[in-house]
Amino acid sequence: MSVVPVSYYLVLSAILFGLGVIAFVLKHNIITIYMAIELMLNAVNLAFVAFARAHNQLDGLVFVFFVIVVAAAESAVGLAIILTIAQNRHSLNVERVNQLKF
Amino acid sequence: MVLLNYLWIILALPLAGAAINGLFGKNWPKRAVNSVAIGSVSLAFLAVAELVREFAQLSPGEIPWVKNYFTWIIAGPFRVNFSLQADQLTIVMLLTVSFVGLLIHIYSTGYMEHEAGYYRFFSYLNLFMFFMLTLVLAANIVVMFVGWEGVGLCSYLLIGFWFLKKSAADAGKKAFIVTRIGDFGFTVGILLLFWTFRSVDFGTIFSKVVESPTDVGVLTSICLLLFTGAIGKSAQLPLYVWLPDAMEGPTPVSALIHAATMVTAGVYMVARMNPLFSRAPIAMLAVAIVGTITAFYAATIGLVQTDIKKVLAYSTVSQLGYMFLGCGMGAFHAGIFHLMTHAFFKGLLFLAAGSVIHAMGGEQDMRQMGGLRKRIPVTYWTMFIATLAIAGFPPFAGFFSKDEILYSAYTGPYANKALYAVALAAALLTSFYMFRLVFLTFFGGPRYDEHKVHVHESPKNMLVPLVILAIFATVGGWFAAPKFWGGQDYFRNFLGPVFKDASNLRQGQFSEFAKVAGNLDAMGPSGSQVTLRPEALAEIEAADHKLELELSGVAVLVALIGFFVAWWLYVRKPKAPEDLAKSVHGPYTVLMNKYYVDELYLALIVRPLLWLSTNVLWHVVDEGMIDGTVNGAARVARGAGGELRKLQSGNARSYAGWVVIGAVGVTVLLLGIWMRMAP
Amino acid sequence: MSLAFILFFVFAIIAVAGAVLLIVAREPIHSALSLIMVMVALAALYLMLSAEFVAAVQVIVYAGAIMVLFVFVIMLLNAGMEERTNWSKVAKYAGLPLGVFLLFELAHWLAHSAIGASVANGSEATNAAVSTRALSKMLFQKYLFPFEATSFLILIAILGALVLAKRDE
Repeated sequence: MSVVPVSYYLVLSAILFGLGVIAFVLKHNIITIYMAIELMLNAVNLAFVAFARAHNQLDGLVFVFFVIVVAAAESAVGLAIILTIAQNRHSLNVERVNQLKF
Repeated sequence: MVLLNYLWIILALPLAGAAINGLFGKNWPKRAVNSVAIGSVSLAFLAVAELVREFAQLSPGEIPWVKNYFTWIIAGPFRVNFSLQADQLTIVMLLTVSFVGLLIHIYSTGYMEHEAGYYRFFSYLNLFMFFMLTLVLAANIVVMFVGWEGVGLCSYLLIGFWFLKKSAADAGKKAFIVTRIGDFGFTVGILLLFWTFRSVDFGTIFSKVVESPTDVGVLTSICLLLFTGAIGKSAQLPLYVWLPDAMEGPTPVSALIHAATMVTAGVYMVARMNPLFSRAPIAMLAVAIVGTITAFYAATIGLVQTDIKKVLAYSTVSQLGYMFLGCGMGAFHAGIFHLMTHAFFKGLLFLAAGSVIHAMGGEQDMRQMGGLRKRIPVTYWTMFIATLAIAGFPPFAGFFSKDEILYSAYTGPYANKALYAVALAAALLTSFYMFRLVFLTFFGGPRYDEHKVHVHESPKNMLVPLVILAIFATVGGWFAAPKFWGGQDYFRNFLGPVFKDASNLRQGQFSEFAKVAGNLDAMGPSGSQVTLRPEALAEIEAADHKLELELSGVAVLVALIGFFVAWWLYVRKPKAPEDLAKSVHGPYTVLMNKYYVDELYLALIVRPLLWLSTNVLWHVVDEGMIDGTVNGAARVARGAGGELRKLQSGNARSYAGWVVIGAVGVTVLLLGIWMRMAP
Repeated sequence: MSLAFILFFVFAIIAVAGAVLLIVAREPIHSALSLIMVMVALAALYLMLSAEFVAAVQVIVYAGAIMVLFVFVIMLLNAGMEERTNWSKVAKYAGLPLGVFLLFELAHWLAHSAIGASVANGSEATNAAVSTRALSKMLFQKYLFPFEATSFLILIAILGALVLAKRDE
């Protein structure tokens, strides 16, 4: 029972997504950047659910389900990589990860 | 009818000889190379003889006999076929070229016996025969040009035969480059010819120019342009400078190419194009003037030369001038006649000179010779006969041909008394310097060290061609002798059909003259047959005879004067020339240095061109612009790459930035498109 | 102003505040906690959109497992205040403004697009279909293959994480 127009949810999703992008380019800590990615995923989830509500279909919700599952798998691997990087570079600053260059 | 249909056999034989000797002859014994080379040329000569026999059976309507073998170039309206033709002029040239060529080939087996590169020499010589025969047999001007260029190439190869000697290599280059200048004019002439007549075939062009009137200015331009090619190839003023230097080549080469055949190609071309030339009086005059001045000019230089071959070289330039004079005066048959006799006696002179050089062990300076008369008698006698011929003594060949030319210069529709006088003076000089050569070389006491130089007569394969040529130099003029000398005028009548157009024009002009003189019976349009009253005809003929006798007498007198002066200076009083030279030191030095023409060309033309090539074309255009562009492109690529690779900074945050940029770009694009497409 | 609106705005503000805090925070642990705040707010919003199952999954898996993993890693690495380096010019001068632009662009477009207008208020009649049973039916019928594939994906992720994080002995 939503009296709130769907577009409000979508705008909120857009705002959260944009904030995620800003955090992505602004921060230095690898983990924080990764968290920004998660934020973006969440924003997208919100959009999916809103659309599912709007079209009265459950496909959107299934999609959200899958997004969460993949995000979980992704964070497991990603954090393992972050651990390795942190051991190698002895720093969590993403700008120190600069060996793969010309 | 065999050979008439397969004219190309005449060409293929020497070409095959050249190819076989060139490709395989390197390790063959001399005998094998000889048989291939001489065999191919003799077979070609036999083919020519057979061609003459078949030609004699043709009816007049079938001449000129043209055979088209394949279409060579098709470029829009410009069509060039590889076609060969046979008419009377071709026959004369073919006989001359193949016969003299054969004799010189035989001579070369003796002269070049001890030379390295023997097989190469004969290969080039055969190749030359191929190109020269192509030039003569051509039925259109482009195929003729192929032969023209080809003989130029062979000339270069043969002049520079001893290419390890710098002067020889330079001489070869000089010959090729100088003739190239003339060839450029020739090429433009061909273009203009095609542009005017829409065809390059002789038959088509000649019938067009006879039937429909063509602008005289255009015709004159065409003729003058083609003549510049002849100036280069036949070594006339101002492009003669390569011929004396060409004496660096072996003597048989000088004999064949620079006396008998290649240099006469220019004369042949003018004679072949006579329908055009006879309609362009200015061009005819130009030809005659250039020829006469060259004849005189070269004779003056020949007076003081000390190298036996150089004297002959300048003599060739001079005699070629005579041939052009004959053509320029409308007497094309006289020019060709002189071409033929010149091939005999000049070829003989060169071969004999080669024999002298061979006897002297390589010495070419006449001041180091003397008294060879008794030691090499065969060489002496043949050379003497040739000298009599070139000086114009009857009954030798040169007398008749020179006489015809001088006669046509004195009277006739194009006659010019001034040119006649200059030509006569040149004849005087010719007689003088040729006898000077004979006296210096063969008379007096030996001026060389008899212990160092063992003078010996040349082997048979060198002497036999000399004798044969001497025979022809003696009798060669007889069958062309005009009527009043007792001959049958065979030559003139034989070549009549080729030059009938020119003689018709002359007749036309002659009839104008006769009209005015009141001797005309029936009036017809000019150019057609006019009948004169019999008495008038006899009167004119009688006047003609008297004139001709007078002129011949003058010519022989002139030759005798030359002989006596030479005898006086070089036999009677051998010290006199030196004193004479000292007293006219200034002019003498100028003549010795060939009027400083080579130095002039060097300063005016060669040096500026070299400067231009080095400083402008090389440094600026080639290094600066072309290399600069190519290198510049590389530099730009490298620079761009250098800048672009900074994108891969390794810094993950900058990557993040780029990702955002890309994402935004895509989003805006998509939104923009979807906005338009939204229902 | 109905209750729904008020609730919406409250949770929306919480979510946005959490996101802003994530950007502003100087220690990663603060960022992690603000992200958890965002996720919980989002879960509430899902509830408002009648997606109970998803809300529950969000809290349990996303906020409860993934974020806990993040916190563990931060603890393991002893991540403190981050060092400030400003080497990348692209990110600073191009990424940031463009990120802001993206935010406003999307928001603007979504606000004024046809989608929002066409679906105004949800009606009660449609709520019946949204139940866990219906969802699982869909999951095991229509989306069976992706379902199985994700299980495979998780297996690979576990293996990958194991291999990557192993210490070289």
